Amino acid sequence: MKKTTLFDIISPIMIGPSSSHTAGAVRLGLLAKNIYKNKPRKVTFKLYNSYAHTGKGHGTEKGLLAGVLGLSVDDRRIKDIFDSELAKTIQYEFQYADNFKQHPNAVEMTFEGDTKMFIAGESVGAGEIAIRKINEFNVKLTGKYNTILIVYKDMPGMISQVSSILQYHNKNIASLNCDRNAKGKEASMLISLDGSVDDTIIETIQEIPEVYFVSYIEKLEN
Amino acid sequence: MTIINTFEQLLDECITKNKKIYEIAQENAAEEADITVEQVRVFTNKTLFAMKEAIQSGMASKELSMSEMCGQDCHRLQKRYKKTRAILGGTFEKIVEYALATSEENIRMGKIAACPTAGSCGIVPAALIAVSEDYNHSEREQINALITAGEVGRIISAKVALAGAVAGCQAECGAASAMSAAAICQLQGGNVSQILNAAALALKNILGLTCDPVAGLVEVPCVKRNPFLAIHSITAAELALADIKSCIPFDEVVDAMEQTGALMSPTLKESSQAGLAATKTALEIQKKIFG
Repeated sequence: MKKTTLFDIISPIMIGPSSSHTAGAVRLGLLAKNIYKNKPRKVTFKLYNSYAHTGKGHGTEKGLLAGVLGLSVDDRRIKDIFDSELAKTIQYEFQYADNFKQHPNAVEMTFEGDTKMFIAGESVGAGEIAIRKINEFNVKLTGKYNTILIVYKDMPGMISQVSSILQYHNKNIASLNCDRNAKGKEASMLISLDGSVDDTIIETIQEIPEVYFVSYIEKLEN
Repeated sequence: MTIINTFEQLLDECITKNKKIYEIAQENAAEEADITVEQVRVFTNKTLFAMKEAIQSGMASKELSMSEMCGQDCHRLQKRYKKTRAILGGTFEKIVEYALATSEENIRMGKIAACPTAGSCGIVPAALIAVSEDYNHSEREQINALITAGEVGRIISAKVALAGAVAGCQAECGAASAMSAAAICQLQGGNVSQILNAAALALKNILGLTCDPVAGLVEVPCVKRNPFLAIHSITAAELALADIKSCIPFDEVVDAMEQTGALMSPTLKESSQAGLAATKTALEIQKKIFG
């Protein structure tokens, strides 16, 4: 079981009414925004199950949009986000579906802009979240750590190349997750770190010839 | 640092080191997060401040929630107390008003501090702040009390996740009432044993409480449940301060809550398929809101 701290019990300070359906939604939007990095032209949110059924009464849609627009869980603008000037800066659409294979509080977000990205996640309770998919790769991102996402050609020795770069820069790895779409094709690596990472590290990883794509995903503030 | 996951361990640690619960809790939280005790207290004070703000905003508003089920009950109470005093006096008035104000602020998408959850956010602040105002407890004492409450919640959650979907409302409003009882005991000068007995008594007397919200929203019965359980926590604190003990030790009460939660039908754990949520009126309301 995940260890709960004193801080978890007496927080978050948040816009109500639900830690999973409101604060969790904001955090899913925020983390997805951190993953996509650029400002999207359009975001399509597909809400599943409980998120789809009770989202309206809990402000789930408002939370998701507010998160994508960069508002934190305690920002009073969440309540009227649909009427705000900020919301007019992007296009957004909500879709609803039932799927018992999905988590009760699941959402799929499709970001469109210079690039297109698919990000799926779940609100797992008490405001805690997990991003489960980025494009076709299975991941687990909770927003608690600064994380490096690397997409590369599936081949031996990649983990050691990357970890030696991190070791050289004296970075401690908190967790490491890999996935691939097929042997010898594309693979993904998610490295959660204690502390933060500067651009030099990202650039050094980018220079490995077999690396297609590197992204630095900042952790959530609260 | 000794890792504390049971109330027995907490009591031992307090006795061995001759410290209060909040002292042990703030030292351990600081060490674990690699910050100073002062930073733990600053964090706690931010929550305390947000709680006070939520009470003020909630007391001043009559705005309904999106479902229009709730939002004006605090106002109704205020009107009554302008004309008549509560049977149990001024502190009682404040506690029920503050609890409703906070919970109503939550459901109208106002800013609150989840403690431990958003649905149970009115219980700890109502009791803690009302008693502090009426008994002139300083900000330092209020922080001590909130850290005590947090430590109680943390140790309960080491066994049972504080979520209605996991163990029913006993794990949300029930846990909040145990935390609140501990906070009040700490404020009123209770010793470690009295504080833990207060929390145990509160939790013990709310075991089995289901989570069956109408239309799946954190409104009915959640909002009005907050003032009920805030007062419940005062009863627990009063008994414990008189050295009345929980016959069942706190850790075993938490075990009982875990077992009760596991045996509770999933239809009564935040899925709104039974209980109040499945009544004729609830289904009519649900249809009106969601079509």
